[in-house]
Amino acid sequence: MIPPAFEYARPASVDEAVRTLADAGEDAKVLAGGQSLLPLLRLRLAFPELVVDVGRIPSLRGVCEDGDSLVVGAMTTHHDVIADPLVRRHAGLLAAATATVADPAVRHRGTLGGSLAHADPGGDLPAVALALGAELVAVGPQGQRTIPAREFFVDYLQTALRPDELLVEVRLPKTDESAGWGFHYEKFSRVAQAWPMVGVAALVRRDNGHIAEARIGLSNMGSTPLRASATEEALAGAAADGVARAAQSAAEGTRPSADASASPEYRAHLARVLTRRAVLAAAGMG
Amino acid sequence: MSEQLTEREVGRSRPRKEDARLVTGQTNWTDNISVNGLLHLAILRSPMAHARIDRVDVAPALERPGVIAAFTGRDLSEGTASLPCAWPVTEDIVLPDHPAVAVDEVRYAGDPVAVVVARDRYAAADALEAIEVDYEPLPPVLDLEAALTDGAPLVHADKGTNRCFVWPLATGENYETVKQRADVVLHRRYLQQRLIPNAMEPRAVVVTPLPASGEYTVYSATQVPHVLRVMLSMVTGVPEQKLRVIAPDVGGGFGSKLQVYGEEVIALDVARRLGRPVKWTETRSEGYLATHHGRGQIQDIEIAATREGKLLGLKVDLLADMGAYLMLVTPGIPILGAFMYPAIYKMDAYDFTCTGVFTTRTPTDAYRGAGRPEATYAIERIMDELAVEVGLDPVELRRRNWIGHEEFPYTSISGLTYDSGNYEAATDKALALFGYDELRAEQVKRNESGDSVRLGIGVSTYTEMCGLAPSRVLRDLRYAAGGWEAASIRMLPTGKVEVVTGTSPHGQGHETCWSQIAADALGVPFEDVEVVHGDTKAAPQGMDTYGSRSLVVGGAAVHHAAQKVVAKARKVAAHLLEANEHDLEFTQGVFSVKGSPEARRTIQEVAFETFSSHDLPDGMEPTINAEHLVDPENFSYPHGTHLCAVEVDTETGRTSIRSYVCVDDVGRVINPVIVEGQVHGGLAQGIAQALYEEAVYDDEGNLVSGTMADYLVPSAPDLPEFTTGRTETPATSNPLGVKGVGEAGTIASTPAVVNAIVDALRPLGVQDIAMPCSPGRVWEALQSAQSRESGKEAQSS
Repeated sequence: MIPPAFEYARPASVDEAVRTLADAGEDAKVLAGGQSLLPLLRLRLAFPELVVDVGRIPSLRGVCEDGDSLVVGAMTTHHDVIADPLVRRHAGLLAAATATVADPAVRHRGTLGGSLAHADPGGDLPAVALALGAELVAVGPQGQRTIPAREFFVDYLQTALRPDELLVEVRLPKTDESAGWGFHYEKFSRVAQAWPMVGVAALVRRDNGHIAEARIGLSNMGSTPLRASATEEALAGAAADGVARAAQSAAEGTRPSADASASPEYRAHLARVLTRRAVLAAAGMG
Repeated sequence: MSEQLTEREVGRSRPRKEDARLVTGQTNWTDNISVNGLLHLAILRSPMAHARIDRVDVAPALERPGVIAAFTGRDLSEGTASLPCAWPVTEDIVLPDHPAVAVDEVRYAGDPVAVVVARDRYAAADALEAIEVDYEPLPPVLDLEAALTDGAPLVHADKGTNRCFVWPLATGENYETVKQRADVVLHRRYLQQRLIPNAMEPRAVVVTPLPASGEYTVYSATQVPHVLRVMLSMVTGVPEQKLRVIAPDVGGGFGSKLQVYGEEVIALDVARRLGRPVKWTETRSEGYLATHHGRGQIQDIEIAATREGKLLGLKVDLLADMGAYLMLVTPGIPILGAFMYPAIYKMDAYDFTCTGVFTTRTPTDAYRGAGRPEATYAIERIMDELAVEVGLDPVELRRRNWIGHEEFPYTSISGLTYDSGNYEAATDKALALFGYDELRAEQVKRNESGDSVRLGIGVSTYTEMCGLAPSRVLRDLRYAAGGWEAASIRMLPTGKVEVVTGTSPHGQGHETCWSQIAADALGVPFEDVEVVHGDTKAAPQGMDTYGSRSLVVGGAAVHHAAQKVVAKARKVAAHLLEANEHDLEFTQGVFSVKGSPEARRTIQEVAFETFSSHDLPDGMEPTINAEHLVDPENFSYPHGTHLCAVEVDTETGRTSIRSYVCVDDVGRVINPVIVEGQVHGGLAQGIAQALYEEAVYDDEGNLVSGTMADYLVPSAPDLPEFTTGRTETPATSNPLGVKGVGEAGTIASTPAVVNAIVDALRPLGVQDIAMPCSPGRVWEALQSAQSRESGKEAQSS
């Protein structure tokens, strides 16, 4: 597994990284934790001329609060996300889902920003970012802009990031359990270390034994992560007995692919079953 | 004073001697070996399953930086012969030419097309992209049945057929006659999916030439250094005495390194052409294409029985996927299974036919169990179906048909003589450990309550033939080599011991077990024994390691060699003690004169006296070293009972193994913790076939499951806790009473798991699920069972 030859740059600051990317044009690739890019290089499925390693830019790591938002640096590793008390308190869904990513070795190197920018619809975290209503902050030559998660994932492995932009942070509206939020990530994979065949990230706000609001992100049900909008609408105001019916529409508007493990019909079926389970668990109704 | 052995070593759970260097990274794997001036090989492989090669131009690769040489198949075909097949199972078998690098035609995706030699492996890999090849696509041959029809596209056009061989075996009464007497005849078709072996260490080879003398040292991650030496000499023409083959520490094989690979031939040939050392190491995804695969069979099995469940006869029609070429023992693999379909059961007639079929896929060959897992799967699956048909509990059906413990030795319907066994004892113990009756009761309760998570119980009572093999039997099966094994013991002047073995471990723990055997036999401390292996210069004779043979054949050779050492030492001791050798006792390494225990010599003292040779008996050769070669009188037949309880989520199709109990009888146990490890690993691989692994090809013959992201090897979280037990019925065919354990877990476990899944879903109308029983397949089986049921209801209403 030998990658093709490439140039390597390791900027020390966001500004330097953005300049390096701007100079390189389309042929540069950002290296975050390397857990997706390196396999692509080694399988010779990606041929960048320049790899820009942003692993030594301290400002990209760490978690802090900003009013009603939680701010996670793009280069914060999965391991640090899981262990972070602020993430656990204010974005429990992210902590829970991140704990299911791959294995400990991957979680010590892989980063939140890297996995969102990679935009694999079969990844765990893009669907979680959608459900959490994340905002993704990018810096480019023209300055900083904020992209809502629902606009960020454009297609299979494609995001709204321009080639000269660097994802620097992920902003998450707080979803504290004390404010009535409950969450669950239901991952269905064939072996423990595999990508999900289907994953359901469920976030619900409970109010008086009913579901006041539900947000559901789906992994691997199309070329991008998706929200199960029809189910979300049907869940508004629902009690436990309404969850199963609402989950029946979980696959509406999805376009799951076929592979050796699953047909599109089976994936759609799984989405319905797993959505019901995820919502019941998130709402404490299971 | 030398220390003597104070307690028996055999039977102790000694931690493995070899582990310290393996787990601390202090060993050299083949890929770690480096010598001055080492060049690196990279191999361009066919991206197509089947195509004519119109043109190969390696010249552009030579322009790339760091490239020393490049070769086409035509270049290399001068001076090397076809790769060997040592097991032509029939007289009229079709044996196609198998060049190490394809010349005119590629026949599987991954077939080598050209070779680049460069200063480092990066330069070599980059230069591959410069090679120009024009392919003219030919139709792939993928379906075993279609391949045998008239007018089917041919894998080897010059042979005029895709039928490699037809191998029949009919024993006992005429099956068709017996079938007339049967109340119940069941026919089933089972599919053995292709598997990819996945040794932890990929294949690697280093060849260092000594041009002045024409000598070559070949380091290879192989299971079979001795076989490889002979075959490399025959294929390349390098005289055998000029070839030294070393298998350094090797990280697993599972049969995939029981092979003479084209890359080993290429490396030797290129080293000869350039007069320089070369290395080749496969990448994992390259290995998926080019290291041989396992399984790949269609099994049509028919069983005839009385309504009381008494077996009358068995008929098996097997189609075995050879892949594109015949490798070292490719055709013999399904034939090893031929004898095992009758398993532990008594019957009157057995009719077996195997047809080998060429396809445009990676060649198949030995993979853990090699023919026997396939056989065990088919018979144990259909036994469960028969139990349902005649209304018996599956354990009871087996009880009514198995060979009773008082009937051993017993000659099976296929002609094997099972020397020993006790199926009743192993089964009773397994049932108790499992809590069989309680689980059955729970199953009934859950079925009645309509639980969406179904409980299923699977049974597998297996035996297998291993410890390969009596040489005369191999002759009768048309295998080219013998099945003996060699050991020699060198008593060093300081009283320490070297045990030289012809077996070639690659993870099994021979150094530990052979030390235990030698320590007991010689009465020396375990720590004083060093085991030498895997180097044809240091251990010149051997038949290597595969087919659960090492302990049964090679361990027995160690035992015999030690007896010879003791016999020689006894003569020396008697001379020194001025006693008649018949008056000497030998216990725990000490010779003493009966009745006067103060007159004693330790075996270490005898070793030194022999070294100095100052005072040996007249005419005695000055050595107590000894060698012994064993040709086994029979196979070894481990057996046991495996029980698996699964929970199947009928909503998602997911199977979870709730409990797994196995009671294996592997005869006398040398090292319990090593046996336990072998069983655990075997179970993991057998369960993997049932639930996870499959080499998937698309319609064009491309390997779709080409990386570990797509080919699902389970890891610890995917496997249940195993409850293992043992019964110990010693083998009578070797002096240690041991039976092979390397493959038993794999052979037994696959049907136990699938039987459990089908048992869980049978009340819902499911009769079979093709392996691997993925959640998607289980769900689809449930869907079609449901639509069948509703179709029936619609018809009857």
